Amino acid sequence: MGHTMAEKLLARAAGKEEVFPGELVNAKIDMALGNDITAPVAIKEFNKIGVEKVFDPERIALIPDHFTPNKDIMAAEQVKLMREFARKHGIVHYYEIGRMGVEHALLPELGIVLPGDVVIGADSHTCTYGALGAFATGVGSTDLAATMAMGELWFKVPPTIRIVFEGELPSMVGGKDLILYTIGQLGVDGARYCALEFCGSAISAMGMDGRFTISNMAIEAGAKAGLIAPDEITEAYVKGRARRSYQVIKGDDDAPVMAEYRWQIENMEPQVAAPFSPANVHPVSQLKGTVLDQVVIGSCTNGRIDDLREAAAILKGRRVHSHVRLLVIPATQAIYKQALQEGLLEIFAEAEAAISTPTCGPCLGGHMGILAEGEVALATTNRNFVGRMGHPGSRVYLAGPAVAATSAVTGTISHPAELGEVN
Amino acid sequence: MPKLKGKIWRFGDDIDTDAIIPARYLNTSDPAELAKHCMEDADPSFSSKLSSGDIIVAGKNFGCGSSREHAPLAIKAAGIACVIAESFARIFYRNAINIGLPILESPEASQSLKEGEQAEVDLEKGEIRALPGGESYNAVPFPPFMQELIAMGGLINYVRQKKQESN
Ligand code: SF4
Repeated sequence: MGHTMAEKLLARAAGKEEVFPGELVNAKIDMALGNDITAPVAIKEFNKIGVEKVFDPERIALIPDHFTPNKDIMAAEQVKLMREFARKHGIVHYYEIGRMGVEHALLPELGIVLPGDVVIGADSHTCTYGALGAFATGVGSTDLAATMAMGELWFKVPPTIRIVFEGELPSMVGGKDLILYTIGQLGVDGARYCALEFCGSAISAMGMDGRFTISNMAIEAGAKAGLIAPDEITEAYVKGRARRSYQVIKGDDDAPVMAEYRWQIENMEPQVAAPFSPANVHPVSQLKGTVLDQVVIGSCTNGRIDDLREAAAILKGRRVHSHVRLLVIPATQAIYKQALQEGLLEIFAEAEAAISTPTCGPCLGGHMGILAEGEVALATTNRNFVGRMGHPGSRVYLAGPAVAATSAVTGTISHPAELGEVN
Repeated sequence: MPKLKGKIWRFGDDIDTDAIIPARYLNTSDPAELAKHCMEDADPSFSSKLSSGDIIVAGKNFGCGSSREHAPLAIKAAGIACVIAESFARIFYRNAINIGLPILESPEASQSLKEGEQAEVDLEKGEIRALPGGESYNAVPFPPFMQELIAMGGLINYVRQKKQESN
């Protein structure tokens, strides 16, 4: 009997022939990540262990992205602690503003997380790298501290839930819509302790940016990982980026899974998650007309170049509604430059959007676009819990870039078709 | 391990980490600061009305959302002795064990215990009892490896010892 991708990835890292769901294993870590919120806690814990050095300065990434450019004195102190630790230990992958990006967009872009890897990050959206065929999962700061010292960590091997998307993607429907639909069907704890594995003709036809969006939100269904088997599209993406050798690991066709869902998507509408849960998902037409104060296009979910292209195609020659504030935040400096070269930033500026340097900023209600009481936002981010983007009395809707750009123009939640055909 | 005794505060399903400790307070990791804002977006007056040793009882998927360890840290620093839930989100579960916040998974206790009642918890046996003299409920026991982690006072102590052994 075969094994799933999750099992094979963990078996490789644990140095075992095979592993089974429920088994506890110690796995070698190929890359460990921390950010300006979680790394300071990890550094304090690391210092308690009493080791002189980190296990490998090339396999730790410390990315100040949440409250940077530093939003206040306390945030600046946290980044300073990280910076000093990075310098002391010769951490290779530490990036300041002007070179950095939102961690989960940056690490794949730099080729420092790769197919076949086991990656941990003290950030729940570390599952994003599952799109590359890596077992990548979010942990806490103490786990990061232990990993920085030992280079290995304990895992419980998860059972797998397979999601098969069949059919051709309708226009204006993308990775965000597929993952929102999935979370709507499974619920916020439907995949708790499980690995999700996405496949089917719609996934095979999708570019890496859309795949990253899908894997990114696996955690919103409670999953430990959101895996997509590497193929030619993955190889093409990794080629020229990879900083070290890697191994493509796929699951066996006959591997037993805990559950399998098959969904036909030809007639799918763009999806929107309403407050206060990413599982409160509806087709966009059901929420049509909801009045908005702010629209955010960015984040580790949808701040990549394909997302910006999709938004720009809609915003070109149009203007943001006079009652709406539109923020566009390219997820990394490289994406920012690419958008500049392609003329996308000009389109956004002409449409009267505010364009920001890469930051998590408003996604977690950190800075750069906080909501007041009673305000309503639509964002391409991944969470809409109470208070996520500001005041506990504010509300956040989640959608993909096409719905976000359209709604910024109309001032209300709108189907992209409302503005007519987009080319 | 002594038994825990405390007053119960109830919360519903899917209590997320933004409700436990909102991101606007994450520019510090000082436990005392975090404790002041514990559960603020679920119940704004929570930190002012609880007493040290109290117990949180919640529904399913407690601690879902971000990986911030500040969530169990805030709960622990606020003086909560233990969290009982129908189930926990996996990163919260890991973090709680790693930092030494006692947590118990018990669907029965989660459904039956009432706000304001006293409860007694025997962590070693995984036994929860409503007081005075009420029903008792069993919690899902930890696998042996996790019991070892807890007995050693969390992951950092475990790693420290392992490092010493290998030197
Ligand atoms: S963009 Fe949002 S979800 Fe992504 S890492 Fe930053 S805060 Fe987290």
